[in-house]
Amino acid sequence: MKIVACIKQVPDSAAKVVVENGRISWGDAPLVINPWDEFSIEAALQLKEKHGGTVTVISVGGENDKEAIKYALAMGADDAILITDPTLAGADTQAIAQVLASAILKIGGVEAGFFGRQAIDNDSGLTPAQTARLLNWPALTLAAVITYDGSRIRVERSIEEGRQSVSANLPVVISLVKDYGEPRYPSFMGIRKAARAEIPTWSLTTLGITAPAPVISWPEIMNPPSREVVCEIISGGTPDEIAETLADKILAEKVL
Amino acid sequence: MDFSLSTEHKMTQRMVQDFAQKEILPIIKEYDRKQEPIPFALPRLGELGILGICFPVRYGGQGMDFISLGLACEELEAADTSLRVAMSVHVGLCGLTLLQWGSEEQKQKFLIPLAKGKKLGCGAFTEPGMGSDIASMQTTARREGDIYRFNGEKMWISLASKADLALVTVRTNLTDSQPSNRLSTFIVDLNSPGITRGDIHGKLGVRAGSTGWINFQDVLVPAENRIGEEGEGFMITMSAFDHGRYTVASGATGIVRSALSASVRYAKERSAFGKPISSNQLIQEKIARMSQDYEIARLLYLQVGWLKNQGVRSTLETSYAKKFATEASFRAADDAIQIHGAYGYSDEYDVERYLRNARGAIIYEGSSEIQTLIQAGYALGERKQKPLRCEMPAYDPVFWQSID
Amino acid sequence: MKIWVYIDHFKGKALPASWEVVGAGKKLGTVAALIFGQNVEALVKDAFEHGADEVLLADDASLADYSAEVFSANLATLATSGSPDIIMLPTTTRGREIAAMAAIDLKTGVMVDGIAIELQGDRLMVTRPIYAGKLLVKETCSTKPQIVTLRGRAFPKPTPEPGKTGTLTKVTPISGGELKTKVEGYSTSDSGVSLIDANVIVSGGRGVSNNPALTPPAGLDEKQAEIWRAQQGFTLVKELASVLGAAVGASRAAVDAGYVPYSHQVGQTGKVVSPDLYIANGISGAIQHLAGMRTSKVIVAINKDADAPIFKMARFGVVGDLFQILPALTTVFKKRLGK
Repeated sequence: MKIVACIKQVPDSAAKVVVENGRISWGDAPLVINPWDEFSIEAALQLKEKHGGTVTVISVGGENDKEAIKYALAMGADDAILITDPTLAGADTQAIAQVLASAILKIGGVEAGFFGRQAIDNDSGLTPAQTARLLNWPALTLAAVITYDGSRIRVERSIEEGRQSVSANLPVVISLVKDYGEPRYPSFMGIRKAARAEIPTWSLTTLGITAPAPVISWPEIMNPPSREVVCEIISGGTPDEIAETLADKILAEKVL
Repeated sequence: MDFSLSTEHKMTQRMVQDFAQKEILPIIKEYDRKQEPIPFALPRLGELGILGICFPVRYGGQGMDFISLGLACEELEAADTSLRVAMSVHVGLCGLTLLQWGSEEQKQKFLIPLAKGKKLGCGAFTEPGMGSDIASMQTTARREGDIYRFNGEKMWISLASKADLALVTVRTNLTDSQPSNRLSTFIVDLNSPGITRGDIHGKLGVRAGSTGWINFQDVLVPAENRIGEEGEGFMITMSAFDHGRYTVASGATGIVRSALSASVRYAKERSAFGKPISSNQLIQEKIARMSQDYEIARLLYLQVGWLKNQGVRSTLETSYAKKFATEASFRAADDAIQIHGAYGYSDEYDVERYLRNARGAIIYEGSSEIQTLIQAGYALGERKQKPLRCEMPAYDPVFWQSID
Repeated sequence: MKIWVYIDHFKGKALPASWEVVGAGKKLGTVAALIFGQNVEALVKDAFEHGADEVLLADDASLADYSAEVFSANLATLATSGSPDIIMLPTTTRGREIAAMAAIDLKTGVMVDGIAIELQGDRLMVTRPIYAGKLLVKETCSTKPQIVTLRGRAFPKPTPEPGKTGTLTKVTPISGGELKTKVEGYSTSDSGVSLIDANVIVSGGRGVSNNPALTPPAGLDEKQAEIWRAQQGFTLVKELASVLGAAVGASRAAVDAGYVPYSHQVGQTGKVVSPDLYIANGISGAIQHLAGMRTSKVIVAINKDADAPIFKMARFGVVGDLFQILPALTTVFKKRLGK
């Protein structure tokens, strides 16, 4: 199976992220592969191991956004392409999906596009479905189990009510959730290969498209308001009364 | 002079760190309390290639360099010493000594399964009555035609009951006037008839490790298992110690780092007299000392890794690194306990385990006293380093990574 | 403003978040609720009673099972002719996906998982969390229709007005041609709620074992009796957790005493958690425990000691007998959450 895995480089999930002078800052926290993308690479590699084929990693980023790509190569991906273009600054998910779809078509013969369920910076979870839409491929999102019998690909999707089993013919877009199983560590051979790898870059000119104009913008970025906690003691005549009052207060906080 | 770690080094460090933090750290306390090894720890180290990290691919290894070995040991011991001890004896004492002194046949037969993690190796030198005074060891091996007959006992051997192979130094010559000429080194199959082994419990630290004794009763070892020539055992053992000491030094650096990060975390959270204790200068003093010691220990072991990569024998630099890092790790763990107050005295927190683990390394793999004598010997010009018949080759990526 | 709200449902039962979106939409303009499915007529009444002015119903065999491509294509086609100003959906697995794909068809954008919205002229300003909630952004979409999904439980659920009706329009779903994806079945997942991922955690501490009203069975020594009492207490904790769909946590004291396994321990030397709601029962609030749950959005403490440090961190506290409060709370929530 010819698989393209779309990955993103993001600040480490433990980073302290703040807004300073209108700009998002994560201090000296390292930039890493989006943790959800490790699951999609793992799933892609397992399919390759069972059914043959290749796993190509693509990522939209800046000239120096190669850590994530190197990590994916070290896990075992066969090759990688960095898509970078200054006109992509401020791109929204719709624009990124267009870029990814163009890249997948340019690579040619791709049978599956793999994604992590969302990127931990933007947290939108829209790009997999949008890329699928642009390619007019079925989107099998939130996959926890993937099976392929040589002609039809089947996934078990993780939905609110449990699992939904869906199948389709290739080519497809698949996004992965954590239930899929622990991703492998990079191997030492993979690490050497990744460290030495020359990663080709494509610009939008290479793809033959111009930067799609973003329609989503962020007029304001804020640090969340700091909460001053003042404890409200709930009292009442009987335990039932207290329970009623407490339950109402909890529900009013919209946490259930 | 480039002090930075390469991309390969950084990725290696991260990979071993992820493994140690995700798979070992959450359960280590339970096994340390039970005084039992984590059953899957060594098989996992084998599966992931860490047990063969710095051996050439042609000998079943992963083809990484000696700096990578040091980084891996630091990360493993930052989680728990028991993991790094396995590296010290399997990779350091047994595997690297085989790589340096073994014949091509011996490397094919013994090094390949060790490097692949299919067999476990250890190093057997210490005896119930002998530690520092290597030349005076009592376990004998009498030559009888094509075999040697071993009799005696080795003690305080890490992985004694778990290993398949042991690098064993024994006395083959009873009469030579120079005691150090009486020794020879062999690679021994620990499943041979006449070998009995057992575990030693009740250690102060490294309780999730496996330490034991090996008893030889008329054990017949083929002559082709002898490494080098008769009489070379002392020099071969010293080489083994150089390799083992490097892993102890890099590992102990991991304890300093863990003690430091535990102390920083706790000191920022715990308050006394209206502010976090991290704002108290007496706490800051301990934290500063730990952070400086971490930097020093790290630079010392990385220097050894670099020298090993260059193919330069580094007994002195290794001695500096081992003595400094092991003593610093004990101090750091001790300070960390003090910073944690009463909680430091309980095994609910990790710092008491660091202290108990750190204490052993000041004794084993060449006690601090022995390291002192080595260093004085070099400084006074009294210790002469003669060239060895077999030197460890410099790390050559082409030789290490190609298969022909 | 013309607001369309997609009503997300599973086998004809609406997800409560859908009504929250209707409520939010009503504050912006007239609301048409979109219902796609088969044999989902019952939802029409629900939609009107929750405030929808209009319902667009596509009830057809081709919509019996949810399919991202089909549902989003139908939404987009309807929107192209109906020209709503704003399309709103709940941020459910289906809602997010439908929004994503419809936005592509309609050449517009999605503002996803909003927790607050305001209208500035005819532009929606959507506040949403990024970086796992470490930051908030105000987001806006420059094209029409503006598509937004709202986070569940962030907006109030409107009180239904029985008997309220509106305009019902039945629409024919577009023939999507051959279905690209085939739904093969459903199953319920049996994985328990893991502590780290849980939105709600109910925890027990040493205080859970002190129920004086309990008599342990004969033949238990003191230590066993204490554990037995604690397990009775933890049963109350588990019952509340079950009603709330919560994970069960414990303080170190409870774990050390043998009441619960270590995997439940919350604290500096256990798991560090950050749920939306943390209910601490019989937990005094030593710093080691607090360090493990301090960033919870709402902390509720139930303890018989008024001076327990945990009250300093709690949003709500009850100084009282948890063996009476807990079961009462469980009963109340069962009613309120319709379980």
